[in-house]
Amino acid sequence: MSLVNFTTREITCKIVYYGPGRSGKTSNLHYIYGRVPEARRGRMVSLATQTDRTLFFDFLPIDLGSISGFTTRFQLYTVPGQVYYNATRRLVLQGADGVVFVADSQGRQLDENLESLQNLHANLLDQGVDVRVMPLVLQYNKQDLPKELILTPAEMDDALNFRAVPSFSADALHGTGVFESLKGISELVLKKLAQGAPA
Amino acid sequence: MTSALNPKFSFDSYVVGAANRLAVTAGRTVAENPGSAYNPLFIYSGSGLGKTHLLMAIGHGAKKVAPNLSVEYLTLDEYVEAFHAAIAAGQGDTFRRRFQAVDMLLVDDVQFLTNRKEMQAELLRLTEGLQAAGHQVVLASDRPPGEIADLDERLISRFSGGLVVDMGIPDYETRVAILRKKAEERGTSFQSGVLETVAGVEFANVRELMGALNRLIAFQAVNDTPITEAAARQVLGIGSAEDAAAAQPAAASAPAPDEFSNFLSDVTATVGRAVEAWRARVSEAILRWEGEGFRTKRLEALLAQETPGAVDQVISGFVKDVERLKVLAAEVQMLEPQAAGDSVFRDPERLEEAEKVAVRVREGAAPPPAPSAAFPFDTFVAGPSNEKELAAIHDVVQSPGKKFNPLVLVGGSGLGKTHLLNAIGLELAAKARAVVACLSTQAFIDEVIAAIEGDRVDWWRARYRRATALLLDDVHLLAGKDRTQEELFNLFNVLQDKDRQLVFTAPAAPNTLEGLEERIQSRLAGGLVVTLAQPDRVVRHAVLERTLGKVEGSLLDYLADRPATSIRAMMAEVQRVKDAADAQSQPMTAGLARAVLGGEVAPRRRTSGFRTSGIVVSSAGGVRSREKMVWDWPVPADRMIEDAR
Repeated sequence: MSLVNFTTREITCKIVYYGPGRSGKTSNLHYIYGRVPEARRGRMVSLATQTDRTLFFDFLPIDLGSISGFTTRFQLYTVPGQVYYNATRRLVLQGADGVVFVADSQGRQLDENLESLQNLHANLLDQGVDVRVMPLVLQYNKQDLPKELILTPAEMDDALNFRAVPSFSADALHGTGVFESLKGISELVLKKLAQGAPA
Repeated sequence: MTSALNPKFSFDSYVVGAANRLAVTAGRTVAENPGSAYNPLFIYSGSGLGKTHLLMAIGHGAKKVAPNLSVEYLTLDEYVEAFHAAIAAGQGDTFRRRFQAVDMLLVDDVQFLTNRKEMQAELLRLTEGLQAAGHQVVLASDRPPGEIADLDERLISRFSGGLVVDMGIPDYETRVAILRKKAEERGTSFQSGVLETVAGVEFANVRELMGALNRLIAFQAVNDTPITEAAARQVLGIGSAEDAAAAQPAAASAPAPDEFSNFLSDVTATVGRAVEAWRARVSEAILRWEGEGFRTKRLEALLAQETPGAVDQVISGFVKDVERLKVLAAEVQMLEPQAAGDSVFRDPERLEEAEKVAVRVREGAAPPPAPSAAFPFDTFVAGPSNEKELAAIHDVVQSPGKKFNPLVLVGGSGLGKTHLLNAIGLELAAKARAVVACLSTQAFIDEVIAAIEGDRVDWWRARYRRATALLLDDVHLLAGKDRTQEELFNLFNVLQDKDRQLVFTAPAAPNTLEGLEERIQSRLAGGLVVTLAQPDRVVRHAVLERTLGKVEGSLLDYLADRPATSIRAMMAEVQRVKDAADAQSQPMTAGLARAVLGGEVAPRRRTSGFRTSGIVVSSAGGVRSREKMVWDWPVPADRMIEDAR
């Protein structure tokens, strides 16, 4: 997809929230939705099951207005976390400009985190996207849980962040770290976009 | 150097409230009794709460009491700048004395002393000096002295030694008063309740309050109707009391309602940096090349465009052109310094023109005429008659410019001056990096005329000034050519100064040449004048032998024995013998020679006027030529032979 259109002066960023099931991807979007002025956000599309599991995907368009003369839009997507929805995940991942990997900080979820991360790499690879150049940040969610249940951000870094990408500890339900993560990925995406822009 | 006191900022226009009453009172006291009440007076407050206003009001107040008082108001930055400028100009002491003489010094924004050790020392010295002299110092800062990072302890104690007062955010009543006063100043009136509504908002400083007031004034001016309280709320984005109450719980659950705005401003900054980075690159390039003195029109055009397009290609193309210009300019600089100053060498848009200029210069700077390869030194026959002269010439060739400069070869026509001149030229040209100019004076004159005609005298001069040696044949032809003499005179001096060899030929000693300016004559005579003698028998024999090749010895002896004033005269005789031999289809013999030359030496008829030996000497090879010119037949007998043919 065309990231930056200098002719129509539009910037469109597609950011995908990826991660294992129940790690808090949709919570991220919900929090953002709650903070964006009504005029700036589109309708949040969420297809959830009765037990609040994302069935298909969530979609939240945000209009950032005119920035340096560019009409700037962010499109936030989440993928369904459960392993068996891989086809949907691949569909959503297509044309993504950046990925926020929302990891579950609970110690017992470590394997799921790893599996999901590997799945992300595999799916990107399938689409011919070099994992190393795809803007990616990690979000260690649920850091508000009791200490004995979770791994510290440092431990999470050791376990997941072998490419040393920016990482943020978060509590998506209450909003801690949500905008930080979004800001982190925006910076990476916009930087890459400037490099990739026809020069 | 210092800012003038803004007349608007006086005590009269200063609204005093609980938050600033102490500071204003102290300020008034200081203004009325400078140097004696509180010295120094240190005022601090947050931004936009009236420090600058108070500082200036003190200045005005003091002036009002004592009009002759010298009052200086300046911000610390201005002070630093002025100080640096003074130091740079070597006027440090003058600068210090100037400030020592001030009666009241008002320094704003003192907090910028952070990390400026030398300025701190300077200010310390200044305040001490001023205090000792009983002059008033008033300082303003956005924080108390103790909180200014890295501030010298002595300064802290010095600042705190007088009176330190702070000003707070004005309370509601003061805000209303400020708004009323300002509205009055602006000649605007509002419905009752409007200003009170505005004052109800807890702006962080007075500037924001003024901003709000300005918006209301603008709104009212546009709409031409008095603004109502509700409209004011709307304009300023203030919720009504009920709204605020309703919004209260929501705000509590969302501690940072600004998260999105923060995010937005961050993204804006990133977009500015990243997406518009190409503009930064272009601006950078413009700055750089403008700094080097090149025109940057092409790059400036880039900034005007909306999209980055092919920015990098344009920049690299531009840089390439600039580099090419630099190369051209350097080349031209060497060949013709004046042309290198041409503006085309500074404008990449005119690269083509620059190339053309360079070509022209290059052509102009094509090496001056070189010596003819037809006259190598080893074909010049040496004999007893020219031994000494040749030795001198060898010296010249060995160390050109050093030993005999100029060298003047004097001799009659046909004695080999031109041959020698070219031979010397060839020897000199064989040296490393030699540029030898060797030409006839006639050609030299022609070039001067052409240069004047083509308005290219400069490049013509440059062309010759590059020469490491100048050899001019038949210098007497300069007679009457004033301009050429002038040019030669200048060229002569330039070359001689640089120890470059000069060689001239002339038919007679330089000081006897007519029509030559004395300054040239004397210069020629000042070098070594070598007079070529008539060829002796050894020379004649050798020349004949080389010219005729294998002939009988008696012929050579006969011809060599005949006295000849010059080689050319001798060669003319040889030619006659050869023609006779050809006519009779006989080989050349001594007998034939005797018959043709008849024992008498025929007087040579000259062609009219001076002859430039450059052409005629080639008749040394005339034996091979079948062409004859009728007027070269000196005796009727020859003509009869020709007729018989």
